[in-house]
Amino acid sequence: MSRATQSPRPNAAGLPPAYGLYDPANDHDACGVGFVARLDGRPQHQVVRDAVSVLVNLEHRGAIGGDAATGDGAGLLLAVPDAFLRRATKAEGLDLPAPGAYAVAMLFLSTDDVVRERCLSTFEKVVDEEGCVCIGWRDVPTCGDSIGELARSTQPVVVQAFVAPRGAGLDGFEERLYVIRRRVENEVAAWTGVDASQFYVASLSSKTIVYKGMLSGTQLQRFYPDLTDAVFATPFAVVHQRYSTNTFPTWALAQPMRMLAHNGEINTLHGNVNHMQAREADLASPRFGAHIEKIKPIIVEGGSDSAMFDNVLELLVMGGRSLPHAAMMMVPEAWGATFHMGADKRAFYEYHAAVMEPWDGPAALVFADGRYIGATLDRNGLRPCRYTVTRDGAIVLASETGVLEFEPKRILRLGRLQPGKMLLVDLKQGRIVPDTEIKGKIARRRPYRRWVKDSRIELRGLLGPSQIPPEEPGALRRKQQAFGYTEEELRMVVGPMASRGQEAVGSMGNDTSLAVLSDRPQSLFAYFKQLFAQVTNPPIDPLREELVMSLMGFVGPERNLLAETPEHCRRLKLHHPVLTPEDMARLRSARHPDVVARDLPMLMPAGADGRTLQAALDDLFQQAEDAIADGATVLILTDRHMDRDHAAIPALLATAGLHHHLTRCGLRTRAGIVVETGEAREVMHFALLIGYGANAVCPHVALSTVIWMANEDRLDASRLPDDAVDNYITAVKKGLLKTFSRMGISVIRSYHGAQIFEAVGLSRRVIETYFTGTASRVEGIGLDEIAREVVARHRPAFSERPHRSTLLDAGGDYHLRRGGASHLWTPEAIYRLQHATRTDDYRVYQEYAALINDQSHAHVTLRSLLVLREGDPVPLDEVEPVEAIVKRFASAAMSFGSISKEAHETIAVAMNRLGAKSNSGEGGEDPDRYRPLPGGDSMRSAIKQVASGRFGVTTQYLVNADELQIKIAQGAKPGEGGQLPGHKVSDDIARVRHTTPGVTLISPPPHHDIYSIEDLAQLIYDLKSVNPQARVSVKLVSEMGVGTIAAGVAKGKADMVLVSSHDGGTGASPLTSIKHAGLPWELGLAETQQTLVANRLRDRIRVQTDGQLKTGRDVAVAALLGAEEFGFGTTVLVTLGCVMARKCHLNTCPVGVATQDPRLRSRFAGRPEYVERFLRFIARDLREIMAQLGFRTIDEMVGRVDRLDVRPAIDHWKARGLDFSAVLAGPQAEEGASRRCVRTQEHDLDGRLDRELIEQARPALEDRKPMHLALPIRNIHRTVGAGLSGEIVRRFGPDGLPDDTIRLDFRGSAGQSLGAFLAPGVTIRIEGDANDYLGKGMSGGRIVLAPPAGSRFRPEGNIIVGNVVLYGATGGEVFINGLAGERFAVRNSGATAVVEGIGEHGCEYMTGGVVVVLGDVGYNFAAGMSGGIAYVYDESEQFGTRCNLDMVDLESVWTDDDRHRLRGLIETHAELTGSRRAKAILDDWQAQAPLFVKVVPIDYHKVLERMHLRADRDAETVSATEEVYHG
Amino acid sequence: MGKPTGFLEHVRQDAPKRPVAERVRDFREIERSLPPSEIENQAARCMDCGIPFCHAFGCPLGNRIPEFNEMVYRGQWQRALEFLHATNNFPEMTGRVCPAPCETACTLSINAEAVTIRQLELAIVERGWREGWIRPEPPAAGTGKRVAVVGSGPAGLAAAQQLTRLGHETVVFEKADRIGGILRYGIPDFKLEKWIIDRRLEQMRAEGVTFETDVQVGRHLAVGYLAGKFDAVCLAVGAGAPRDLKAPGRGCEGIHFAMEFLAQQNRRVAGDAIPREEQILAEGKEVVVIGGGDTGSDCVGTARRQGARKITQIELLPEPPDERAPDCPWPTWPTVKRTSSSHEEGCERLWSVLTKAFLGRGVHVRGLRGVRIDWREPDASGRRKFDEAPETNFEIPADLVLLALGFVHVDHGPLLRDSGLATDEGGNLTVDDCAMTSREGVFAAGDCVGGASLVVRAVADGRRVAEAIDRYLAV
Repeated sequence: MSRATQSPRPNAAGLPPAYGLYDPANDHDACGVGFVARLDGRPQHQVVRDAVSVLVNLEHRGAIGGDAATGDGAGLLLAVPDAFLRRATKAEGLDLPAPGAYAVAMLFLSTDDVVRERCLSTFEKVVDEEGCVCIGWRDVPTCGDSIGELARSTQPVVVQAFVAPRGAGLDGFEERLYVIRRRVENEVAAWTGVDASQFYVASLSSKTIVYKGMLSGTQLQRFYPDLTDAVFATPFAVVHQRYSTNTFPTWALAQPMRMLAHNGEINTLHGNVNHMQAREADLASPRFGAHIEKIKPIIVEGGSDSAMFDNVLELLVMGGRSLPHAAMMMVPEAWGATFHMGADKRAFYEYHAAVMEPWDGPAALVFADGRYIGATLDRNGLRPCRYTVTRDGAIVLASETGVLEFEPKRILRLGRLQPGKMLLVDLKQGRIVPDTEIKGKIARRRPYRRWVKDSRIELRGLLGPSQIPPEEPGALRRKQQAFGYTEEELRMVVGPMASRGQEAVGSMGNDTSLAVLSDRPQSLFAYFKQLFAQVTNPPIDPLREELVMSLMGFVGPERNLLAETPEHCRRLKLHHPVLTPEDMARLRSARHPDVVARDLPMLMPAGADGRTLQAALDDLFQQAEDAIADGATVLILTDRHMDRDHAAIPALLATAGLHHHLTRCGLRTRAGIVVETGEAREVMHFALLIGYGANAVCPHVALSTVIWMANEDRLDASRLPDDAVDNYITAVKKGLLKTFSRMGISVIRSYHGAQIFEAVGLSRRVIETYFTGTASRVEGIGLDEIAREVVARHRPAFSERPHRSTLLDAGGDYHLRRGGASHLWTPEAIYRLQHATRTDDYRVYQEYAALINDQSHAHVTLRSLLVLREGDPVPLDEVEPVEAIVKRFASAAMSFGSISKEAHETIAVAMNRLGAKSNSGEGGEDPDRYRPLPGGDSMRSAIKQVASGRFGVTTQYLVNADELQIKIAQGAKPGEGGQLPGHKVSDDIARVRHTTPGVTLISPPPHHDIYSIEDLAQLIYDLKSVNPQARVSVKLVSEMGVGTIAAGVAKGKADMVLVSSHDGGTGASPLTSIKHAGLPWELGLAETQQTLVANRLRDRIRVQTDGQLKTGRDVAVAALLGAEEFGFGTTVLVTLGCVMARKCHLNTCPVGVATQDPRLRSRFAGRPEYVERFLRFIARDLREIMAQLGFRTIDEMVGRVDRLDVRPAIDHWKARGLDFSAVLAGPQAEEGASRRCVRTQEHDLDGRLDRELIEQARPALEDRKPMHLALPIRNIHRTVGAGLSGEIVRRFGPDGLPDDTIRLDFRGSAGQSLGAFLAPGVTIRIEGDANDYLGKGMSGGRIVLAPPAGSRFRPEGNIIVGNVVLYGATGGEVFINGLAGERFAVRNSGATAVVEGIGEHGCEYMTGGVVVVLGDVGYNFAAGMSGGIAYVYDESEQFGTRCNLDMVDLESVWTDDDRHRLRGLIETHAELTGSRRAKAILDDWQAQAPLFVKVVPIDYHKVLERMHLRADRDAETVSATEEVYHG
Repeated sequence: MGKPTGFLEHVRQDAPKRPVAERVRDFREIERSLPPSEIENQAARCMDCGIPFCHAFGCPLGNRIPEFNEMVYRGQWQRALEFLHATNNFPEMTGRVCPAPCETACTLSINAEAVTIRQLELAIVERGWREGWIRPEPPAAGTGKRVAVVGSGPAGLAAAQQLTRLGHETVVFEKADRIGGILRYGIPDFKLEKWIIDRRLEQMRAEGVTFETDVQVGRHLAVGYLAGKFDAVCLAVGAGAPRDLKAPGRGCEGIHFAMEFLAQQNRRVAGDAIPREEQILAEGKEVVVIGGGDTGSDCVGTARRQGARKITQIELLPEPPDERAPDCPWPTWPTVKRTSSSHEEGCERLWSVLTKAFLGRGVHVRGLRGVRIDWREPDASGRRKFDEAPETNFEIPADLVLLALGFVHVDHGPLLRDSGLATDEGGNLTVDDCAMTSREGVFAAGDCVGGASLVVRAVADGRRVAEAIDRYLAV
């Protein structure tokens, strides 16, 4: 295999090799970034000092590892400090050339003298060979005393080398340095046994230098005494503070990189890397000439995503593009039709879209090349970036404001970077260049607009074909059979897509076999699972934030990345990747010189085995090479001509294989791959084909099926075939967007080839050859079995004895069918479990457990292939009692809303009786339930969930919890939000969720306060602050890399991490998500355990697992794999009557469990006893197993993987290829590393400001006496007010204290989450500015934010508060005299706010409350807003274009009530903040009032009207809710 | 799914029956059908459950009930028929006589009334016949293999039809004068009129099945001969040996097995002349039916139509509850008190009665003596015993006693004696996993294997044996 497509070799970075399920390639990092600069370009030592202060003040965004002292990394990127170096080297007798005429290399070297010397001499040799001279060396003083033990273990020797060009000319010096570095790196990399921990070039430039290390911000300066020298001066410094999910001592991965510092995550990395490798063959530039070969490979193996990004950015800059130009190519802003944008700029982006795909993912990038220092944000703006410009010419930009303190009068401007925008400091010109100027200038460098206009090729421009006749039904049926279509798929997958234009929704999770365990021939697609974003990057809402998404792509040859010609955009442009047979005909008959299509039949002999399949593939690849040599620019993989003797090669195998083959041959850029296959029909299939390299897909059998169904009147509504086809394609498009967004990807061009999947049950050989770089951790089937599965379907389809029936196979993947897919839940299992728990009969339970555990006839789960290894049995009575075991049990999170009140309360009562924990789910909880019932029962859920919707998350809710659970993902639909349709929002639900009955509620896909791991740590801190007694847990879903996330969670100081399985139940979820996203808990749990132990983090965090845990044996396996707590969901519902009707999403649950319909709720027959009995049975069953195994306590059992074995003699033809060694690998850690949680996290709550506040507020807290406090505040003071609020609500209940009882006046820059969960009675007034999450979860009280006294900037033009203000607020008031960032009042359901201008996505998902904006709003205002009111002052009449009108109406403010209310709010604002703008509006009220636009959600409007009617006419019997219900 | 909220909007509507006064005067079918619009409403009550207990637990055939319900709701009757025929060869028969374990397993029956699955099945298939959608489906090509099916009850017929459609030349041997077995002679016409069987047989003949009546294998033809002449033999001869009641006075005249009585009436309805000396008639008599099952009930209905003066049905077991008891949880087949159409037509029912003796007047029975019994709680193995209640002896007058006590096993007559096939403890034929008997190439299906059971099980078994034979012949 060529090394070009090898997946990054992890240990090249000095990371440990992959072990067990843990792969360091999954590590993530996120961080704080920023820069400090003097606009005049004069070097000053103060800049270094400031930069270090910034680092220190960002320390809470970094993390500390398992040894409590090792920082994850910190560093500075600076201008070469000439004066300092000159003096420092003079001492060594070196006389440096003029500034700029020499370069300095910052080298991390081995402590081994031999290796170090070898590296140094190689360096010198290469410098010499490349026409430069190594004029001297300097040992950089370092002081390792203060650094952590882990960091010290790999601490390098740091050396500076000074390089000058031989001869006088400095032309191309930087390029030569680049070549030198790449050559040395390549040479050293070729040695065995040397990795990046022994040789690493942190920087090599005549302009910039990097000081960094495995340090925390405070340690940096102590480690590098250079930085404290007053002569050490620089005009700028880029800073970076790292938070990594791992704690391996990797100095090289600290940032900044050579050109940039990156806070974020490149979600599409794999695709980007592969694309770059494919492009290497075509690279050419006069700047390098023949030297170009020396810099390859462009991307250095083993780097982090940031490092790889840096590699490419550097190439583009060295290749001749300016730094901002290169950044615009790699991280383009969104340029869809919604955005106002000049034609030149749009053309620039379109041109470059044809040249390079975006490096997509959340990112704040800070870059510098010595002249320019810039920063840019990704298109979604999912990282904060604030800046301050002073009147004396300094600028500081960072993830937070307040990282440097300035006197108010020095401040010239407070700003923020907006999504997709750039900020540039040009040191040469000594000024800040705004986004429009930078981009305008770059966009006009070349006639991109003309080039695009003249060169673009569109499908409709190709010759139009005549109508393609539909397939004859008999032939169609044969193809359907050959591709394994089932009746069920027609009814449940294809039909709904064609009828409704979107994917069908299902419920209650997935309990069928993994593909590799199934006896039925599976499509190859079924062996893959989608990965999804959790914690380290946010998923996107493809519906509400569609404006950033794009399905546009190109087919056809790419050209030299380092050149710019009109031909670069001469590629076929597709608006989306789904092609019809007509499109295919156009493509085939195109007479365009740049569109030369060639058919490649994806066929193999009908009786093929692995060998013939491989031969067919090899032949196919050869044909492709020949076609390219022949000038083909579009390769069409087609199975259209399958017949009796020729079966279709699985389309995915052919596509991925060809993609990788061409990449390896350096031919991938020469032609596009279009796949014409009958196999693809579900969204997942399209996602896989595209994710593995297809540029477009024509699903010919699916489309013929749709037409046939329409003709047969088999669709929900009668549809014309053409409409049905349109609907189907729309559904695929929507589904693809959902799939991309699940991973946080916006653009198909980045998703293309990104391989965001994990394979389960494919052999390493198949993966390495055809799916290179994909994870497949339990091995599995090879080509033989793949061929066998194809043949098993193909043979009967083309059999001599034709099946007379027109019916296809019944299916049974979604709903149980006899002879169909095996399910864990069978009628027999369900009724036995119900019978056992109703009659308290353990024998019947045992029959049930036997049915579940014995899967020898049909394996469904991985654990069924494991056996428990017997030990020395202990007497049963020595095993810890049932009562102790059940305390480890929790019920799975199910919201009141997804299940009925009756079911929800019954579960809570049962769990409380047992001393186990029930989980509120994400829909809040009725405060009445906090009071114990007469008789001692309690309906209070011990676990309160905090999910992305934050419904009902009030201060009261939070303080009434024993555990606060942050739900990052849900097994049935990881990476997705949810929606509770209006008809399910009853009066009760609305009350508990603080919303309006009948109004649809939307949970966003991400938590808008968790875009990265440091954000999660912040939310954990928030929750701990408001309720220090509760433990905080984080719910994750099993996928590749979940262990690494769990490590990050442990470092974020969560007390417990829950690894959920992919197969958990759900109220409603798209079928694709139920079936294809996430992995079984066996894999995720084992990986989590291995990673936590290896990182020495397991001792401080408990681990829970859930997902189809059904028997004592399941629990035993989970414990042995590393869980100490266990969750139960579906089983609990079954004991309460659930019969898996899978109707939750339709609100028609026939047993009253998962419905809000009062008629059905009355049928609920569950009792707490049933749940109690079930969990006792489980514990009893578990005890019996423990006794056999010889464990007296569960604690002894946790993590004992040595007691698990693979079932001997698995005779299943597919399962026998599985290899569990990675799952069963014991953790690799030093002696004594704990396998379970033995201590608590150090939450460090004592030092927080709220402790002082609570102390000082004693008069108010004890005697309700009004009081006033004035304090300074800084950005390191986080979550101020939450602790106090928790205390108030705990004492006084949700109504808190009377208004203004506690007045807190702050001066300065407040840290994140100021006033979070604020309680009534507290007024916070702050003069200065504030960071993100102001008023998060606010439940009452008031926050007033005004610029500092003495400041001279215009508040209405400056940003004084960050992003995501008032997220999930349920009450209170906020007045802000200045601008706020993105996502203002997102998910607000009750707070009132007045602000002078806001960024993008304002009032998103809002369901209640009032927002007044006295200035501009960004794009996508009111997206998903289903309740509440906003008033926007629209001076420029631009608002209509900024507002997302999908769910809202715009009105003028004309009624007296409205005007009165609005005026009142503005008056209060003026009074409290002294706002000049408010005053001006009030002074001219008659003229200004008409400029306000009132934004009213359509549904909300209707419901309010009805409620008014109801209030007016009491006799009206139909309540508003019921009417909506039936409506 | 058809309509998500259908079950909340429509109540169950059973098929109407002809009025008692009218129907007891003839042997025509009792049930009538609902209008199509109402049938579609009834279909809308199906919820299309994630686990369709009706299909996956209740129905021995695994009928694709949610699918055909949806199609009926959508008015796509022909497609519904296709789903129905995909698992069931004779829905017009099961749709009439099946006790519908699908309905007792229906999710709705947990807390409401089940979907009228049986009626829907019947409506679909009858619509199919009316519309001419049901046509012969002869095989595209023959395999050249020959199969003999012995017995023409539901198992034999289902096997024969399946085998023929798979291209095997199939001959059905029936010892009686007409084809149909238990369907023809065991089930009264008021439940299943016999032209319904003939209609299906016509289709089967057109598909290529050959029927040979009046051939008793074991007497007229040896099993060995068949095995030699055919590539496979399928025995589907039913469980013909009735359970007897050994009690004093059993030898009296006027005591008959239920099947003798029922078969004779069916012949009569079919127009056969019954010799006077063989006639068993209830007209003007006091009739006692012993056995509380379906066959007993058929005897009641038949006796009523013949003009019995008084009918009493007695049962050993205790009177079942009206509702499902906790020990037979949904979705299992519940022991509940079922009132058949025959019971509606008038009959006294006694439970917990042990027949102690038949009383004779001369050679003819004149009554019987019974005693009340008390059932004990089940023992560890789940078996229940009873005690005679003291001083509860009583006598019932009876001119005609019909024994409807079920069947013990396959008839151990000439066929078994001739073939020497192995039997199990219960006296039924032993078969392996592939439905083959102890003799190579000789298969068995239906009641002769598993003991007497439902028609629907027999059809299911017939289909299964056909598949097994097909696999056997392919090897």
